[in-house]
Amino acid sequence: MSEHLVLRVVAKLLIPFILLFALYVQTHGDFGPGGGFQAGVIFASAFFLYGLIFGVENARRVVPPVVVRGLVALGVLIFGGTGVAAMLMDGNYLEYAVFAEDPAAGNHIGIWLVELGVGVTVSAAMIAIFLSFTGRQG
Amino acid sequence: MDQAKGQRLILTAPDIVLLTLLLVTTIALARLRNLVAVIMLLGLYSLLMAVLWVSFDAVDVAFTEAAVGAGVTTILMLAAVALIGREEKPHRHNPLGPLLIVVATGAALIYATAEMPRFGDPDAPAQQHVAPRYIEDGPRETGVPNMVTAVLASYRGYDTLGEITVIFTAGIAVMLLIGARRRKREGDQ
Repeated sequence: MSEHLVLRVVAKLLIPFILLFALYVQTHGDFGPGGGFQAGVIFASAFFLYGLIFGVENARRVVPPVVVRGLVALGVLIFGGTGVAAMLMDGNYLEYAVFAEDPAAGNHIGIWLVELGVGVTVSAAMIAIFLSFTGRQG
Repeated sequence: MDQAKGQRLILTAPDIVLLTLLLVTTIALARLRNLVAVIMLLGLYSLLMAVLWVSFDAVDVAFTEAAVGAGVTTILMLAAVALIGREEKPHRHNPLGPLLIVVATGAALIYATAEMPRFGDPDAPAQQHVAPRYIEDGPRETGVPNMVTAVLASYRGYDTLGEITVIFTAGIAVMLLIGARRRKREGDQ
C-alpha cells in the first residue's frame, strides 16, 4: 500500500482544490472565462486523478456507475426542463426572460440553470467513459 | 485596416514561434509509431493551441482546449491504449495515392485562404453580422458580463442543448458498447 507515496499525498492535497476550482468555474462562468462545459471537464479530471492513483475499484466505490448513468441524463433534463419551465410560465422554449420581473435577471437565472445542466452532463459523461474504458481490464 | 484603434492584424513573434512548434509537433505526430508517445504529443499540441488562443484573446476557447484537449482526452486515450496495445501496426499500402489526395486538398485549402478576410479584420463578414448586436446589447439583455457565456447559453441556447445531447449520446454509447461487456463477464463468473 505504500507504493507511490508521494503521488498519493500530492493527489490527496490537490483533489479538493481541483473540485473547488471546478465549482468556481461552474458558478462564475457568467463573470469570467469558463462555464458549465469547462467546469464539468475539470470536475471529471479530479475524479480521473483519484482513479489513476488510488485504483479504479476505489473510484467506482466513490461514484458508483449507477449514479453516473443517472447524472448523465439528469444534466440534459435540467437543460431541457429549464426550457419547459419557461413554456409553463407563458414564454417560449428556453426564453429565460420570463423567470423574473426584470428580463435581464430572468436571463441570468436561466443561464445559471442551463450551465448547471451542461456541467452535470459533461462531468458525468466523461466519468462514464473513463469507467467504461478502465473497467474492461478488471 | 485601422491599426491605430489597437486591432491586431498581424501575427506577433510569439505567435510565429508557437505556430512553428505546432508544425513540428504535427510532423512528429505523423511519423511516430508508438501510440503512448503520440498521445503525449497530442496533449502538447492542445497545450500549444491553448496558448495560441490566449494570444488571440479567445480565453474561453483556450480554457476548453487546455481542459479537454490537454487534460481529459489525454487520460481517456491512455485508457484506450491500455486496451488496444502500444504499437501502431506497420503499414502495408502504397503511400503515393493518399499523399496525392492530401497534397491536392492542402493546395485547395491554401488557395481558398487567399479569399478569406485578413486575421482580425473589423470589416470581415463574421464581425459585421450579429456580433455587434451581441457586444452592444448582450450585457444589458442577459445580465451576464461574459459575452461568450451569454451567446452560448442564451442567444444560442438551442445549439448548446444540441451539444450536450451529443455528449449525452456519446456517454451512453460508450457505456453500451464497452461498459456492458464487463457486467456480462462478471455474471459469467
